[in-house]
Amino acid sequence: MLQLSRDTLLDAYTRMRTIRDFEDRVHTEFATGAIPGFVHLYAGEEASAVGVCLNLNDADYIASTHRGHGHCIAKGCDVGGMMKEIYGRRGGLCGGKGGSMHIADLAKGMMGANGIVGGGPPLVCGAGLAAKRLGTGGVAIAFFGDGASNQGAVHESMNLASIWDLPVIFLCENNQFAVTTSYSTTVAVEHVSDRAPAYNMPGVLVDGQDAIAMYEATVEAVRRARAGEGPTLIEGLTYRFEEHSLGLGRVRRGEYRTEEDIDRWRKRDPIVIHEERLISQGIATREECDAVNAETQEEVERAVEFARNSPFPEESDLFEDMWANPIPQP
Amino acid sequence: MSKKSYRQAINEALAQEMRRDPTVIVMGEDNSGGMGAPGEDDAWGGVLGVTKGLMPEFGRERVLDTPITESAFIGAAAGAAATGLRPVAELMFVDFMGVCFDQIYNQAGKFRYMFGGNAVTPLVIRTMYGAGFRAASQHSQCLYPIFTHVPGLKVVIPSSPYEAKGLMIQSIRDDDPVIFFEHKVMYDDEEEVPDEPYTIPFGEANLTREGGDVTVVAIGRMVQFANQVADKLEKDGIGCTVIDPRTTSPLDTDSILESVEETGRLVVVDEASPRCNMATDISALVSQEAFGALKAPIRMVTPPHTPVPFAPELEDLYIPNPDKIEAAVREVVGYGA
Ligand SMILES: Cc1ncc(C[n+]2csc(CCOP(=O)(O)OP(=O)(O)O)c2C)c(N)n1
Ligand SMILES: [Mg+2]
Repeated sequence: MLQLSRDTLLDAYTRMRTIRDFEDRVHTEFATGAIPGFVHLYAGEEASAVGVCLNLNDADYIASTHRGHGHCIAKGCDVGGMMKEIYGRRGGLCGGKGGSMHIADLAKGMMGANGIVGGGPPLVCGAGLAAKRLGTGGVAIAFFGDGASNQGAVHESMNLASIWDLPVIFLCENNQFAVTTSYSTTVAVEHVSDRAPAYNMPGVLVDGQDAIAMYEATVEAVRRARAGEGPTLIEGLTYRFEEHSLGLGRVRRGEYRTEEDIDRWRKRDPIVIHEERLISQGIATREECDAVNAETQEEVERAVEFARNSPFPEESDLFEDMWANPIPQP
Repeated sequence: MSKKSYRQAINEALAQEMRRDPTVIVMGEDNSGGMGAPGEDDAWGGVLGVTKGLMPEFGRERVLDTPITESAFIGAAAGAAATGLRPVAELMFVDFMGVCFDQIYNQAGKFRYMFGGNAVTPLVIRTMYGAGFRAASQHSQCLYPIFTHVPGLKVVIPSSPYEAKGLMIQSIRDDDPVIFFEHKVMYDDEEEVPDEPYTIPFGEANLTREGGDVTVVAIGRMVQFANQVADKLEKDGIGCTVIDPRTTSPLDTDSILESVEETGRLVVVDEASPRCNMATDISALVSQEAFGALKAPIRMVTPPHTPVPFAPELEDLYIPNPDKIEAAVREVVGYGA
């Protein structure tokens, strides 16, 4: 294991807890009807977003997916601004125009959650190209699912990044299902990362429940990218704890994943795994972890209050942000 | 005859046609669902349950769950259609057309003409459209004008459960590629629908209301709103003929023109973005062909030219509604008075 500072290890814990608390609160808020539309929760996959983004700074970009809250938080988006956005309020990170599926904050290097499965990888090729051309030293990472891994655009992007030696990382979060469909029935190879040789890049399979393993795999990929050695494909094997989405059809728990599998994977909770490590290695005490947890819960609670009390958008907002130089409406 | 939802009406049409014709297959993401859990099948039936029950009856050979690779499976459906099957492929949200449009407009839509008539492409693409679901910019669009623009594609937009069943059966039996638009907020709408199979021909508009003062042409879900307005205004002595074209390609131009010849006034209601949509198309048709009959300028009721916003307050302002239609009708009736 790489030598990680106590601060970094605690930072990972805090970010993962923030994500989980955020998702749990979104879940309960959604149940009250306070959140419009539909929402995809990231609970269970926190180690991926956090382990990866610990390597990044604001000059680096990520492109996310429909399941984007965790990526946003890990990349440093403001939790209050996110919650407002999910509520569809003025002052949300996208002014209430985007909602859960489109949260973006370019200043933080967050190129947006995405409603189109496989929409992100081409965009990070562009971000990688810009970083190279502008000499920022930045890298660009596309998160995408096992389902997305089959999309033509994803394959085209891996090829493009490879032939252009772009400072890009393809980060497949293989939570083993696309809605109700097991990846074993849709991906022709055993692991998504097995596809890397076809694009002449390293392919790495990582335990996606282990934040430090995700971190370490990304260290090398980021080094390669910054050194101009081209892209890497990383596959984090993980599991989504909740159903595919809130608010869009319903499938009962056991109907496509067995109860045993769900229980088995829930026991591999990335937050518990990391917490046990902190405690067993004497990096933090249980009490210190509990204190972090109390803080993250409070932060999320403040975000909810903030969102609930934020104003609704107004008619004039409908026409805001259409063009760089506004064109009068007919 | 029994009460059926829009969802059930489409499901019944699919099942009846699959029973009748073994070359009919359906495919799409999670069309049955449950792949991966042994012994668990048909968990999902498509994201809104339209294909539920098909897999247990017809088996996985005819009900295919696909990877999330629209370009490949929509293209495969087009190729299978040209070589002997009658595929009904589901493009879950029409917004995803961006991923697979080449297979639709350059391939399927052009086969017959470009190959000098030696290809037949009995393809149906079912797809969900429309705002009102708080689904934001990439899951709420009404992209039928883009498909209508393409020569070689037929575009079907059922406005009720009865229409949905008859038009779906016609779509499956039709020998050309059909894009079948299902409005996502209408799936639970119910009405009396015959149990036996029936077809509704393409290119024959349905006059859902008849009145002498104004012609209101409305598309898809907007037909419901136009009917509401017609019923309300009838009490105020304003007679509206509401025309549901049912298909935007082919378009029943005769019914529209005949009606405008009678009423002299036209309002077109279209949920699609306002530039180059059905409202502009039908307005142009009427200005060119029935100019002499017009007693007032044509009015188009459409959303503004913006993406669909997420916040409910903004989305509600965005979508055309009965109040806006009523105002337009009153405006053309009062014109010059
Ligand atoms: C192009 C496109 N096709 C289909 C969908 C509908 N859809 C949204 S999420 C999803 C499943 C995605 O699975 P995966 O990539 O594994 O991500 P996960 O949901 O497991 O995080 C599907 C089919 C979409 N949004 N975009
Ligand atoms: Mg997945």
